[in-house]
Amino acid sequence: MYIIVAGGGKVGSNVTRSLLEMGHEVTLIEQRPDRFARLEEEFGPVVMRGDATEISVLERAGIARPPELLLAVTGDDEDNLVISQIGKEGYGVAKAIARVNDPRNQTHFDLLGITQTICSTTSILGLVEHEVPEHGLVRLLELQKEGLEIVEVQIEKSSPAAGSRVGGLSLPGGSRIISVFRHGRTELAEPGTVMRPGDQVLAIVSNDSAPELRKALLGSRP
Amino acid sequence: MIGCGRVGSAVAKGLANEDWDITVIDENEDALLRLGPGWKGGFVVGHGMDVRVLEAAGVGDVDAAIVSTDGDNTNLVIGQVLQKRYGIGTVIARVLDPARAEFYAQRGLQTVCPTQTAISVLLETARAATAQPARAT
Repeated sequence: MYIIVAGGGKVGSNVTRSLLEMGHEVTLIEQRPDRFARLEEEFGPVVMRGDATEISVLERAGIARPPELLLAVTGDDEDNLVISQIGKEGYGVAKAIARVNDPRNQTHFDLLGITQTICSTTSILGLVEHEVPEHGLVRLLELQKEGLEIVEVQIEKSSPAAGSRVGGLSLPGGSRIISVFRHGRTELAEPGTVMRPGDQVLAIVSNDSAPELRKALLGSRP
Repeated sequence: MIGCGRVGSAVAKGLANEDWDITVIDENEDALLRLGPGWKGGFVVGHGMDVRVLEAAGVGDVDAAIVSTDGDNTNLVIGQVLQKRYGIGTVIARVLDPARAEFYAQRGLQTVCPTQTAISVLLETARAATAQPARAT
């Protein structure tokens, strides 16, 4: 597979190393002279010096082939967005993955059609939330294109869902209970499945209905 | 007016003199000095990528927006956000790189490229000089 990596910081350089080990053909673009020199020592002609937001630089890197994958992983969100847009819209790159440095910029990526993004802050926060059961509802996976998310809810003694059958709950539209995890075992949810305190319940829910789902299962808590 | 450098401040002052209601956004508080002591328009300190800053500046209710920070890519992203998220009809982004200015212009974002203007003027001047030599011998 041919892959262009834009940005040779910690993310870009380590990804490049792994991709090369996996046998892929890679071009890594780095603008800063000091970084470029260090990268060139390790990667040789795989590294190209230049501003990856410049169309001529991307063309020299082979954006017109086009690559099967474009990774925009500089430390600058505006740059990552522009690199991805030029690749996808200008050269028909099928798959561009962009790094979001500041999670507040996520909405801009979504708005401008760069749907595959990775944000380490958001990932870490997701892990933290997973470790904090008090939070109630944990987002495990967001399916952006579908507008759905897979969430996990821990049923407690005080939860309205405790003791109820799955079929007997009034859940918000666009949501389904997937499974119930109890004593180390997972049971796929059937209408007759009864939820008990301590159960971890997986559900799929449309983006805007998550708060309602939480309320239906756990009640209104602060 | 997003970005209050030499260009942004001059355009803001020019339009304010023509009775436009202008709000300027700049990351740097000192940029207010460029607008002069008599500035009566709005001024919001913050980054134009931050929607809270844009909304504090009243972005939902504007007729036109000019994006002229010192970063081409910043201007291109903010320009598209103003167009697509806030539905502003007239958005102009300043882009120094002619290739990127052209690329986004083709995709419906109005761009102005000072570099391209300089190139065109210099070419025309040089061509005019060869057509009419300054000194006839």
